[in-house]
Amino acid sequence: MFNIKTYKEAGSVKEAIKLLQENPQARLIAGGTDVLVKLHKGKGQFHHLIDIHNIAELDFINLNDGEDLVIGPGTCFSRVEESPLIRKHIPVLSEAICTIGGPQVRNMATIGGNLCNGVPSADSATPLIALNAVLTIEGADGLRQMPLEDFFLGPSRVALKQHEILTAITVTRDNYTGFHGHFYKYAMRNAMDIATIGCSAVCKVEDSVLKDLRLAFGTAAPVPIRCKDTENKVRGRRLSQNLLDVITESVVDDVNPRTSWRAAKDFRLQIITTLAQRVVKKAILNAGGTIH
Amino acid sequence: MNRTIRCTVNGKKKELSVDIRQSLLEVLREELGLISVKQGCAAGECGACTVLIDNVPIDACLYLAVWADGRSIRTVEGESKNDKLSRVQQAFVDEGAVQCGICTPGFVMAATAFVEKHQGQKVTRNEIRRGLAGNLCRCTGYDTIITAVKKSLDEDFFCYDENSGGRRFRPA
Repeated sequence: MFNIKTYKEAGSVKEAIKLLQENPQARLIAGGTDVLVKLHKGKGQFHHLIDIHNIAELDFINLNDGEDLVIGPGTCFSRVEESPLIRKHIPVLSEAICTIGGPQVRNMATIGGNLCNGVPSADSATPLIALNAVLTIEGADGLRQMPLEDFFLGPSRVALKQHEILTAITVTRDNYTGFHGHFYKYAMRNAMDIATIGCSAVCKVEDSVLKDLRLAFGTAAPVPIRCKDTENKVRGRRLSQNLLDVITESVVDDVNPRTSWRAAKDFRLQIITTLAQRVVKKAILNAGGTIH
Repeated sequence: MNRTIRCTVNGKKKELSVDIRQSLLEVLREELGLISVKQGCAAGECGACTVLIDNVPIDACLYLAVWADGRSIRTVEGESKNDKLSRVQQAFVDEGAVQCGICTPGFVMAATAFVEKHQGQKVTRNEIRRGLAGNLCRCTGYDTIITAVKKSLDEDFFCYDENSGGRRFRPA
């Protein structure tokens, strides 16, 4: 039996916020694939649960009036991965999600849970920060929005106040139109593994010029990160092997990997430089570019 | 901390009083005696506890029993009908896709969901591997399991039965 001390089921976002205010120790549970594992291992921070598993208003994927793509954070990974809208507009997210856990986990785990869990290896985080995703957060103080990139504060720490709940993940129209991407996860196994390094590249190519590049890494720093300095160096330059070499060289200064039992810092840096070249190249090819 | 839930288990309607702290695995094993559902890792990695909820495979160890309210649950105990094994079960037998057996019920349920979802489609061995990636087996090396799933999907497949002098039959 799980060591749950109090359990309240929320029927709506408003009710979840009210329940969070009533019990400052309470934490949210959605898909349960992180929370229940932690409870099983005896970790104390999830003794008081507010269940948002069945909140229908958090489970959706749609285009809004401005054709921005909006994902409900309570949507399970399988639904996101297989969604025709996601596959059409931001296939890089599907690519990343199908590397998470196994099918059973993806049938339960939610995309919002993956982000709010705040681990540096979250596979759904790098494609979404590369796509400049914006989060909508609702709490006792009302609604606010923030870029996903700023949401990650440190390992397992995110910018959610105790009474707040993530209610939408938005990729605006101008952030997916004309963009193409690629995702690669380096891990020890092909399935059921945590990323040693995850990499997402999203780019726009016109007339053999790299009009825009967004490059993001997971497990390459205490939080999922964008390589802004590298992006700024190469934006607007002509496609060439030399350009890919510039990215490989530059990306080392954007990241800050650590040594853990999974991999040593030097090994991670080796993977990061290799993936920077490989993933950006594939994203460029996906965007119709050629490299001579 | 008990609650009453109503659900269907292997086609039979049940009304159960469950503790909110119980996993579905615990309720299925301890209250209903469905001991095909195994607890392996209790962390969503091995898939030994795989059951189908509304025909979707999930790990019963990471599923609160209260979530099963209003849902339909399938375990391996309900897969054979009138003393006849299901198509997937028969294929596992025919291919010798079982060794020690602890992963088998979970594999059969994950495979059943995969076969039902991809019925009539051509799938590659690699796609089957991806579909069964949530289940671990330490004995078989997976090859016989993959073959069993492939044969379950193939309408025109005839099994070769050595014991009956080479008679060929179509699995159920």
